[in-house]
Amino acid sequence: MKKILDTGNAACALAVKAARVDFVAAYPITPQTSVVEKLAGYIAEGKMNAKYLPVESEHSAMSAVAAAAAAGARVFTATSSQGLLYMHEILHYAAGGRLSLVMANVNRAVCAPWCLYVDHQDAVSQRDTGWIQLFAASTQEIYDSIILAYKVTEKIHIPVIVNYDGFLLSHSMMPFETVDQDIIDEFLPPFEPAWRLHPQWGGTFGNVTPAENYAPFRHSLAADIRKAGEVIEKIAREFEKLTGHWHGGLFDAYRTEDAEFFLLSMGSMASEMELAVDILRDKGIPAASIRLRVFRPFPAEELSRLLPDGARLLVFDRNYAFGTEGGVLLAESKAALFNRKDDIKVVGRAVGLGGEDLPADFLAEKAREMMEVLK
Amino acid sequence: MSISIKDLPDFEYVLPGSAACAGCPSAIALRMVGKALGENAIMLMTPSCAVASIGPLPKSCYSIPVLNVCFASAGASAAGLAMALDALYEKGRLTGEKPTIFNWAGDGGTYDIGFQGISAAAERNDDFIHFCYNNEAYSNTGMQRSGATPIYAATTTTPLGKEVHRKNLPLLMLEHRVPYVATASLAYPTDLIRKVKKAKDIRGFKYIEIHAPCYTGWKFPSSDTVKMSRLAVQTGSWLLWEAEFGKVVLNSPTSLLAAEKIKPAPLEEYIGKQGRYAHLADSPQKEEILAAMEKEIRRELKFMAARAEL
Amino acid sequence: MNDRSIYPLSQPVKGAGGKTGSWRTAKPVIDLEKCSGCLLCWLFCPEGCIGKNDRSIDYAYCKGCGICGAECPKKAIVMVKEEQR
Repeated sequence: MKKILDTGNAACALAVKAARVDFVAAYPITPQTSVVEKLAGYIAEGKMNAKYLPVESEHSAMSAVAAAAAAGARVFTATSSQGLLYMHEILHYAAGGRLSLVMANVNRAVCAPWCLYVDHQDAVSQRDTGWIQLFAASTQEIYDSIILAYKVTEKIHIPVIVNYDGFLLSHSMMPFETVDQDIIDEFLPPFEPAWRLHPQWGGTFGNVTPAENYAPFRHSLAADIRKAGEVIEKIAREFEKLTGHWHGGLFDAYRTEDAEFFLLSMGSMASEMELAVDILRDKGIPAASIRLRVFRPFPAEELSRLLPDGARLLVFDRNYAFGTEGGVLLAESKAALFNRKDDIKVVGRAVGLGGEDLPADFLAEKAREMMEVLK
Repeated sequence: MSISIKDLPDFEYVLPGSAACAGCPSAIALRMVGKALGENAIMLMTPSCAVASIGPLPKSCYSIPVLNVCFASAGASAAGLAMALDALYEKGRLTGEKPTIFNWAGDGGTYDIGFQGISAAAERNDDFIHFCYNNEAYSNTGMQRSGATPIYAATTTTPLGKEVHRKNLPLLMLEHRVPYVATASLAYPTDLIRKVKKAKDIRGFKYIEIHAPCYTGWKFPSSDTVKMSRLAVQTGSWLLWEAEFGKVVLNSPTSLLAAEKIKPAPLEEYIGKQGRYAHLADSPQKEEILAAMEKEIRRELKFMAARAEL
Repeated sequence: MNDRSIYPLSQPVKGAGGKTGSWRTAKPVIDLEKCSGCLLCWLFCPEGCIGKNDRSIDYAYCKGCGICGAECPKKAIVMVKEEQR
């Protein structure tokens, strides 16, 4: 174990190297660029035994890693914003094909107008592609999540996006601890899939099929991704045993004891949210922060379990679900709690769009506004 | 390298009873390619007639491993697969001889929606063969125009005849400075198979385009698929050439046409048999249009002959 | 879950498109007396329905496209109209 001070993108690249990835294909986009620059550097310098394909687009990056994954290679790509949107078609393809893939998405707003800074519109727009989506909130969590993501995807054959906020996490230096290679090798042995795209295994992958053969694949993907939360939690515990690193299960919760108001968020905003909770608590308001770590599968039951009878859930969305009253987390939380018989209440706001700053006092103020609405 | 038909292997890429139309040129071409590449190969396919031909999951008419990829993905997916296999072989995770990787794409997947990725793979010199079987339209969706549709040909989206020229894609690929580019025809099978065998033994990016007259789209009898391929070459409408590391060589009979050692077959014999040009038959501009088409053929022959001099 | 059935995979089989012999309106009949054994019919058949060694035709799958008949240099293959089924 080694403690170092570096950026989120550096932590991501180090984790990819430690995971002994075989193949990387990527197209640069701000703020993801330094991840793939570092990987290209490691490979060129012989510090990482892998191949790097400098593709001409994100659509091609995902097409390349999907085909490489079909051959049973451990693969990686990274992107942001428009790049993720451009991959959309192949995201469906990779999940439908049950390919094991890990991608980092450095969250950034989408155009028009152009904006380089963080929000989560890119990631939530991929909600229904069949990928698992994790959201990290620190450099340490980025590092650990990438390694965990490989274990998850190779176990359940569902691709994983590790999301982290552009600039706030990708470019800020924070201390984190790397894990010794022998521990990672024990946690993450070489990938041996049951089938590879290769003459030794044979088969035609993904040809046209009528409904009676198509539908079962969709149903099984839906069922398996629903069960993925449990797998993720179990694997996170296994990683904790080896490394001592723990970031919470599906949620990372703060000051939930005797809480009535639960401030729900995703990504780096949660650290300011914890300070906002302190501000509110200082004023005698029983507030707590709950940070969603696993956006897909959406942990509906765990959310409900976290919230006591009569709880007030205040949702901070860094995105919009256009055509609904707010963001995606608001809509999903309401759906998750719909069957509750108590007088639990949910309200939400879209904040921090395009990198709008979210200091603790602002979040505390927003929370108080929402409390007013609930009165 | 001389090829004898009698010595070709029995091994088949396309098993009998595929879902292809009767007389499908893609199936003929792919059978020939299989006899050149052999069993240790992986095929990637973008949506096209050749994909519709596979039959429904869990059955497949193709005997080798196949990856169906998205329409614009051929260049990048083949590149990714080739490179990932290199990594797995180097690490000893796979052993034996690395399979030949090839794309089997139509003119839609090559000239149009797939061009960006294929161009990029060519520029990077990624290690695979890209085959374009060119039936000069989007035949799989019922004959809409493509970037490969020749001028004046009627399609469902150019019902009065296409007004602009096709791209010269083999030439564009050549100028990517790749190790090998060739054009081929069903009617010249030993030339086709020789070219595929040559491509197999070269590392890096190889492009082979096979002219594939589609009887349902072009509207001629299915029995004339090979005949139409031959007429395309004999009239100079489809040129046979190959280029190793940029050095172009015209192949017979195109070379003989270019050298004016033989006369081109009458163009009307070729286009007169195709329903897609039927509108020309009673056009008052018929003679003018035929003259323009013949002029264009002479221009292309002259151009390629001059390019072969470089 | 380490099982290949999770992947959308198909296996190569004859007749993936069905018993395509039923598509035929005319069937190729070969006269082996006239056949010179050039194998062009074998090579040009889109279905691979003609035997390389004995030029036997697999009528279960032959779609009756007629290319073999059109290309045979010895005119040893004629297309015979199928009886109404």
